[in-house]
Amino acid sequence: MSKKMNTVVSVLIVASILIILNVLVMLRVIDEYASQVLTIAGINVIIALGLNLISGFTGQLALGHAGFMAVGAYTTAALMMKLHLPTLVAVFGGALMSAFFGFLIGLPTLRLRGDYLAIVTLGFGEIIRVLMINLPELTGGPAGLKGIPTFTTNFFWRPVLSFALVYLTMTLVVVLLNNLLNSSHGAAIISIREDEIAANAMGINVFYYKIFAFTLSAFIGGLGGALYAPFFGYLSPNMFNFQKSVEFLIIVVLGGMGNLTGTVVAGIGLTYLQEILRFLKDYRLVIYPIILIIVMIFQPSGIMGLFGNKEFSLTRFVGKLAGKQLSGEQSSDKAGEVQ
Amino acid sequence: MTVLKTENLSIQFGGLMAVANLNLEIKKGELVGLIGPNGAGKTTVFNMLTGVYKPSEGRILVQDRNEQNQDIGQLHPYQITALGMARTFQNIRLFKNLTVLDNVRIGNHLNVKYKSVEGIFRLPGYYREEKRIEEECRELLKIFDIEHKGDELAKNLPYGEQRKLEIVRALATKPHILLLDEPAAGMNPQETLELMDLIKYIRERFALTIILIEHDMKLVMGICQRIVVLDYGRMIACGTPAEIAHNPLVVKAYLGKELENDA
Ligand SMILES: Nc1ncnc2c1ncn2[C@@H]1O[C@H](COP(=O)(O)OP(=O)(O)O)[C@@H](O)[C@H]1O
Ligand SMILES: [Mg+2]
Repeated sequence: MSKKMNTVVSVLIVASILIILNVLVMLRVIDEYASQVLTIAGINVIIALGLNLISGFTGQLALGHAGFMAVGAYTTAALMMKLHLPTLVAVFGGALMSAFFGFLIGLPTLRLRGDYLAIVTLGFGEIIRVLMINLPELTGGPAGLKGIPTFTTNFFWRPVLSFALVYLTMTLVVVLLNNLLNSSHGAAIISIREDEIAANAMGINVFYYKIFAFTLSAFIGGLGGALYAPFFGYLSPNMFNFQKSVEFLIIVVLGGMGNLTGTVVAGIGLTYLQEILRFLKDYRLVIYPIILIIVMIFQPSGIMGLFGNKEFSLTRFVGKLAGKQLSGEQSSDKAGEVQ
Repeated sequence: MTVLKTENLSIQFGGLMAVANLNLEIKKGELVGLIGPNGAGKTTVFNMLTGVYKPSEGRILVQDRNEQNQDIGQLHPYQITALGMARTFQNIRLFKNLTVLDNVRIGNHLNVKYKSVEGIFRLPGYYREEKRIEEECRELLKIFDIEHKGDELAKNLPYGEQRKLEIVRALATKPHILLLDEPAAGMNPQETLELMDLIKYIRERFALTIILIEHDMKLVMGICQRIVVLDYGRMIACGTPAEIAHNPLVVKAYLGKELENDA
């Protein structure tokens, strides 16, 4: 089987999995509660993928992705409620607004060396939250924003459509990010993490690529938030607190910094874990920090570090199943091999 | 034709004058040795030439790819590389966790002719360019006989090959001026001889002007046409290897310390 065939088969497999899952949601084999948890997990994964781009791949720590999530969510809600834009247009608009914020924050901050970005994004997340509390016309203030139009009002289709849209978006984000990171431009981004001085000496405009990565990261974070608004139909400033930003960071660290596969696995796993541990009430809030500490001590490279930090590549997997892939071909098959 | 010129180049770190009033003039195609005992300021000169340090005083003029002289005082390192001057690092600064091939690919960055959008959506430009880039990178690796290690992580190469990879990566930026900072450090005599041959070869093949830092004097004597000697940040001699070898200042400053070190 040729490489092209592998790709085609992989696309078919991904499409089938998405369709099958959707049918299961539709038939309520995956019940409404489970599909809701899975959908939230998908949104968390999307935002964590955005965070991984700037922190895991570019090496610049960011601590305010709940802020970008909020910008995406509230912008989308406003576009739908005030301007009555179609849902998907509003979602895209929310992501764009978040990207714009990312660009504005990055411009002065990313010129500086060191951990300025971490401090500034941390402040940004809090400022956004306080803003949301104090702009009641737009956000409903501390009581929250009710009555956001959902993807559909149809009781039967609502979980199906939410699930489908979120997982389709997540798949697109994974594929397109992976494409970027395997291109020469992605190599430039990763080289900044590896050694900024050497990257500069190779002719790479380090500042430009940091801004690029951070703006794209904010776009993806905003996209996750934008999906959240019509999925949930209700927003409150407390959903986007510092705790939430830390959750995204823990997903990235647990999955493995600079590994997309790990973010997907850890994002779904941790979201589920949090649901299972609901009976612990407020004690559940200490679970994430404990996980973070344990990972940092015993497995700092995250889950995927156990697998040599390789990305899971479906094309490679298909090739192996077909049993005909030559080792030479494999080595030139860069799909998914970021590290 | 002068391709690189410094006028009264100086830099101070706190109270330390690391380089003082350096006037260099490098001609096109020359292979110049920059020698001097440890701490003389050689690496600091490279750091100023490549924009890593901003000089406290003086000017640096570099000929760009269109043979125009540029004052590079205010340029960032990546802009200086874009003019056509590339370097290697004394303390190897490879992208350790990336493959050998990716290291060279990153060096090729200035010659990437497709946009990031084309990469994200895998448009035809991406495939065409990446194929060309990989071929060119492998071709460069072949010169240094590390082509077969393209898919290994840079950190897993033996020390000597890491030094070679640094040179390959710098060559991938397509420079016309190449600055090599102790490229033979840590190599055994056999490897060092091979490396010197390779340096001569790439100079011819890519029409390079090369400045070579080396603190082993015998080594530079063999391949450089002209040698500049630094001591305590000052140029104490400049001339042909024969002239340098018999210059009493050099013998005193340089060889004296070698003897001290050996003792
Ligand atoms: N960034 C810096 N800050 C302070 N001192 C420095 C710095 N870089 C170099 N120096 C000092 O400048 C002098 C020259 O160093 P260097 O250029 O590395 O010497 P060489 O390469 O000739 O061995 C040394 O005394 C070194 O300690
Ligand atoms: Mg040095």
